[in-house]
This record gives sequence, C-alpha cells and structure tokens, in this order.
Amino acid sequence: MSRKVPEIPSASLADIAFMLLIFFLVTTTMDVDSGLERRLTQWVDPSQIDETPQINERNVFVVLVNRNNDLLVENEYANIDNLRERAKEFMENPNNSETLPEKEPMDVPYFGEMMVTKGVISLRNDLDTRYGTYLAVQNELVAAINELREELAKQKFGKSYNDLDRDQQSAIRTIYPSKISEAEPKGKNVGGN
Amino acid sequence: MSKFRKKGGKELPPISTASLPDIVFMLLFFFMVSTTMREVTYKVSIRIPEATELSKLEKKSLVSYIYVGEPLRQYQKVFGVASRIQLNDVFATVDDIQDYITAEREAREENERPSMITSLKIDENTKMGIVNDIKQELRKAAALHINYSSRKKVER
Repeated sequence: MSRKVPEIPSASLADIAFMLLIFFLVTTTMDVDSGLERRLTQWVDPSQIDETPQINERNVFVVLVNRNNDLLVENEYANIDNLRERAKEFMENPNNSETLPEKEPMDVPYFGEMMVTKGVISLRNDLDTRYGTYLAVQNELVAAINELREELAKQKFGKSYNDLDRDQQSAIRTIYPSKISEAEPKGKNVGGN
Repeated sequence: MSKFRKKGGKELPPISTASLPDIVFMLLFFFMVSTTMREVTYKVSIRIPEATELSKLEKKSLVSYIYVGEPLRQYQKVFGVASRIQLNDVFATVDDIQDYITAEREAREENERPSMITSLKIDENTKMGIVNDIKQELRKAAALHINYSSRKKVER
C-alpha cells in the first residue's frame, strides 16, 4: 500500500552551487578601497575672505603646479623627488634658520614646552593641471608630515606612530600639524586672490 | 602474505562525488563573505593615480562615491570625450553634487552622519578645473571628509 517515495537525485546540486558561485564571482569585487585621506576647509563666503590675517612670508611654503605640470617650489622649478625632503626641512626647521618658519612655544602633554612651527604649506594648482600630478605632489606633502610624526614618535616613545594611543597621537599632531592649505586655483576670480 | 597480493582484474571503485556540493558551497560562502557587490556600473573610464600614504575606507556603508573620467566609448557620441562626473548610475553636472550629498546624508542614520566620507574616484588625466569645482561644491555641502581614491605605488 504505502509506496516508497523515490529519492530525489542530488547529482545536480553541485551544478546549482557552481552556478551560484559563478554569479557571485562576476557581480562582486574584491578590491579594498583605499586612498589619500584629506579634510577640506569649511566653506566661507567669498566676501569675507579678504579679512583673513596675512601670514608672514617666511612661514609659507608655496608649492605650485602649473598648467604644464611643472612643479614650482618657492617660485623656482623643482623636482618632485626632492619635494618631500624640502617640505620636511621646512616644517622641522632643525637649525632655527632665519629663512625657515618661526616657532612658538606651546605646552604639549607628554613633551612639556615645545617649540611648535608656525609654518603653512600652500598648495596651488592651475585649472589645466593634471589630477595625477596634483595628487602625486599632495602625496609627497602628506608623506613629509607623516614621516616627521613617525620620527618623533620613535624618538620619544620608541614606537611607531600608529601604535601609540590617542592622547600620544594627538600630542604629536599638535607638534606637527597637517597644515596644507589649498588655495583657489589661478585664473579664477574668487575673492581677491 | 597472500592478503596483500593485488587483486588483479578488479576495477577501481569510482570516486564518490557526494561531497562535491559541500566543497562548492564552501567556496561560495567564502566569496560571499570576502567580496563586496559592485556599487555602480561605470559609465566613465577611470584609471586612478598612485600614492603611498594610503588609508583604507573602513565602513563601506558610510562612503558615497563620485566618479570623474572620460565617458566610455558607447556614450561618447552623446556626451563627448571631455571628462564627466558620474553620480550613482547617471552622468551629472557639478550643480547636482550638493543634492547628491544631501540625499546620501538623508539615507544614513543620524548618528552616522558625522563620520561619512566622500570617495573621489577620479581619472589621473582629468584636468584640475573640474576637480576644484567638485571640491568647492563639497565644501558648500559641508562634506569635508574626503578620500582621493588611489592605488598603492609600487616601489621601483
């Protein structure tokens, strides 16, 4: 009376699974998104721009990438390979040179009173500059600051900057702030530039 | 000794395929876990520049993307060869960026909004004019945390 139900063949199960597998292989990507992280400055109304205080000329490190993708550092042609060293020297000012930026004393946790640089890196570009070149230059400037922080972390704590805890990192960030200002590009009439 | 003598003439038993589905399912789960879905279909060709100071985008759900590059060949008849902005799946203009950022912000939970990141995937041959316009719009929209998408530079 009670007939046995015939077993469902499971031979095709593997094929179904393969089909699913191939679907996922095609529609997904494995690459991890990474990139150069930056923070933009707050938007200010162009009418208020003129009131910003003037910064002393020795405190500004002018980096310009022109329309032919040439690099100009302090109004002279420069090679991108030397840019990192020059930016580091500018921010660090090891010999308290007259031409490099001023320093001001500041109370920093863990370090006590430190001479903190007032230097600002100003990065300018032209409207026709290639994005790749611009990013390479910006990468060098960020690398310079990162290297300075890393050296200080090694010297003071004997550890890599990334292994420090939050307070220590912020102390180091106070000494070497990431002051890269991106001015309005040349050839555009925004504010009095 | 006769126990170990080869039983000549007998065929090899066929290898059992019963575990094959399990193996394939294992592979499937591996891929499902370790990969992410493609966000959009590219309508522009992008070759992102190289850099060394990279940081990873940790939380994919908090990232909004802006793509800039030359339109792909099949769109060049309509949109030309000049660099264009792509938001989601459509071509857009600079003026659309503020609306896009607002829409992206609306889609997130309130407590997550401050940590949102805008990832700029821009072709390395793009002119800076368009990039500057985008940056200005992002500043106006107060989306200040950005990430210039780039590849790891190979040391030579």
